[in-house]
Amino acid sequence: MIKKSFLGFAKPEIKYDVLDDVSLELYDIPIPESVVLLSDGSPSQNPQLAINIGDRVKTGQKLIPYKDNDSYVISSVTGTISSISPYLGDYGKTYTAISIDVDANETFDETFKKSSETLTLETASNYFAFLPGNLPFHTFSNSEKPITKIIVFGGNTDLLITTNQYVIKSELDNITKGISILKTITGINDVVIAVPRELLQGAGHTGAKLKAVDLEYPSANPYFIMQNVFNQVIPAGKEIIDSGVCFLSAESVASVGKAAITGQIPVTKIITLVNKDGTKGLISARIGTTMKDIFNACNIDLNEKDRLIIGGPLTGSSIFSIDHPVHTDTDAIMIQDRETISLSEDTPCINCGECIRICPAKVPINILVRFLEAGKYEEGADEYDLYSCIECGLCSFVCVSKIPIFQLIRLAKYQLSMIIEQPDTVEAEDE
Amino acid sequence: MNKDKQFIVSHAPFWHNGSSIPERNVNIILAALIAVIPGIFQYGLPAIAVVSLSVSMAMIWELALNWLTKRPVSIGDGNAALMGLLFSMLIPATTPFWVVITGTFLVVVIGKQIFGGIGANPFHPVLIGLAIIRVSWGEFFDFDQALLNYDLGFHMAYPLAALKSFGTSAIESFSALDLLMGKQIGGIGATFGIGLILGGIYLILRGFIRWEISVSFLAGIFISAFIFNQVDPSKYAGPLFHLLTGYTLIGAFFLSTDDSSSPVNFIPMLIYGLGCGIMTILIRNIGAYVDGVVFAILLMNLTNPLIDKIRPKAMGKVM
Repeated sequence: MIKKSFLGFAKPEIKYDVLDDVSLELYDIPIPESVVLLSDGSPSQNPQLAINIGDRVKTGQKLIPYKDNDSYVISSVTGTISSISPYLGDYGKTYTAISIDVDANETFDETFKKSSETLTLETASNYFAFLPGNLPFHTFSNSEKPITKIIVFGGNTDLLITTNQYVIKSELDNITKGISILKTITGINDVVIAVPRELLQGAGHTGAKLKAVDLEYPSANPYFIMQNVFNQVIPAGKEIIDSGVCFLSAESVASVGKAAITGQIPVTKIITLVNKDGTKGLISARIGTTMKDIFNACNIDLNEKDRLIIGGPLTGSSIFSIDHPVHTDTDAIMIQDRETISLSEDTPCINCGECIRICPAKVPINILVRFLEAGKYEEGADEYDLYSCIECGLCSFVCVSKIPIFQLIRLAKYQLSMIIEQPDTVEAEDE
Repeated sequence: MNKDKQFIVSHAPFWHNGSSIPERNVNIILAALIAVIPGIFQYGLPAIAVVSLSVSMAMIWELALNWLTKRPVSIGDGNAALMGLLFSMLIPATTPFWVVITGTFLVVVIGKQIFGGIGANPFHPVLIGLAIIRVSWGEFFDFDQALLNYDLGFHMAYPLAALKSFGTSAIESFSALDLLMGKQIGGIGATFGIGLILGGIYLILRGFIRWEISVSFLAGIFISAFIFNQVDPSKYAGPLFHLLTGYTLIGAFFLSTDDSSSPVNFIPMLIYGLGCGIMTILIRNIGAYVDGVVFAILLMNLTNPLIDKIRPKAMGKVM
């Protein structure tokens, strides 16, 4: 954990890790006895299941859980479906969890192979939405927000994570192939690879322009890449996709390339594993492997009241159960010992100004947090730049009063989005 | 092997840089002690009595208010102790005990707790307490009168009072070095200039106070005193004299830099500091009071919410 230096006068330097060649070993987690696949999208009131418990599935087979919903998963193992249940994620996001008991003999599904020779946008969107690295494929078929530029990012937005750097270093051929496929099927020729400055040399010859991203946190935040590397400021409250730019992780592009080369949809996810003592390792696991199986395979012993984090130390999310599976966007797993956990407190803001000095987006946090604590979300958004926040987590990191500022900001954004989506129900709840 | 364990779940970020309110206050207390200890040596046992009583009474008032308002006990954060210490630094060593007790009540209860405790006070609590005490029992703050029975081997006249009454001819006997080394009478912890400067530099380097405020405060004093001095050197003292006398240094490093009553953005901090400095000299040179620091800072505290609205445009803001 990065602590405040003795001289607090200077701004702390928080830097991303650079993957050295030395650590280019990938530890393969053995295929577990069962996996859990999370399918996006909330089903309707009385969902009609399109798959049943007891169905046999092959590796790489596409599974559509509901008849009236297009979202799907790609089975990462060969086996039998043992349960289908709803699953609740952060901020009310709903998933459907499909558990599969794994068979001893693995067979691969051939359906994709047949169509992989002549890839079109349609076949791609039929298979590529569940790729490791989380490819947001639906954005290419959205006619309301046309995409004009693709940025492949070879780093991770949070600290410690080196998953995408590993992909840039080891799977450049797949990325090259992936980029050419994406260019062909989407018709977008403006593809740029953005990588941490230290990796610039190794990432040439992919058929895309190359841009360097600084190592100082939060330079790798997509909003900052847009501003610093492409000189394009995203207006507050808008998403990057609104300006016609689509960010893809290097891993997802490599997966596209791999799928086309091998004719099989990749089903393993590369994950940075950060242990209690801060040591890091890169592992590869089938999508759907539970934390329990990963910890068993890596001989990691957990204690009561430790903290399990999916993602990095500043923007990740903590989970309460070791039955949580690896999803397509699980770039890192981090374990914190109970001794080192710092908890937030209920002390009020003392107006020390640390957050103001560190905020990269220049949000007036000291005032904003007072409004958010009082539940005045609309005032916060209208007058104190709530929507300029790019969610880097630095304000909470330096807060002397240990106020959960980041949580307040996310909660405010979430609550406001609920009001915009369904104004009637929220008002009714308030009453 | 990890079955049925319960984990801590919380929101990101999962790291914290380790700073805390007690750390902050303890460091400010330590820095202030550099100036308090020479004062104690100068004035002896009465000074120890005043400092101890002030610190302990401030903590007792805070505790009492915690109980009365049924809020969590907050004396552990060190802020009450700091307020008590700062209050004792500003008053003469001979201050009667009941003035200290009343003063700390005003500091902690009127200055801080009724606004909601730490972080909620719009004015510096110590200055609120001191201003009320001074308006009510002004005779205890006439340093010449209060320290009448002391003879410490240097010029025993309060420099600012001498200047106010007799003009610059009366302050010729004060050398800048003597003033810097604390050879002047005044509050227990407000006269040892070099100690206050060292303490202030320590706090600035550690990041516990904002250098912009201290530096612009001193610059404000310097510039305005210089202009007055140029206009009429026989009536108005030079900038160095004003920098080293009265509450200037303690004001620049310990009073104007209070977190909750001062701005946090860069330009507002400069305006605030300059304002404090200029107001101080205006009060000293053409106002009724001998020293203007207390009211100058209180006045600028009042403007803090307004001037702190001058802030950089947030990222992605069109307007």
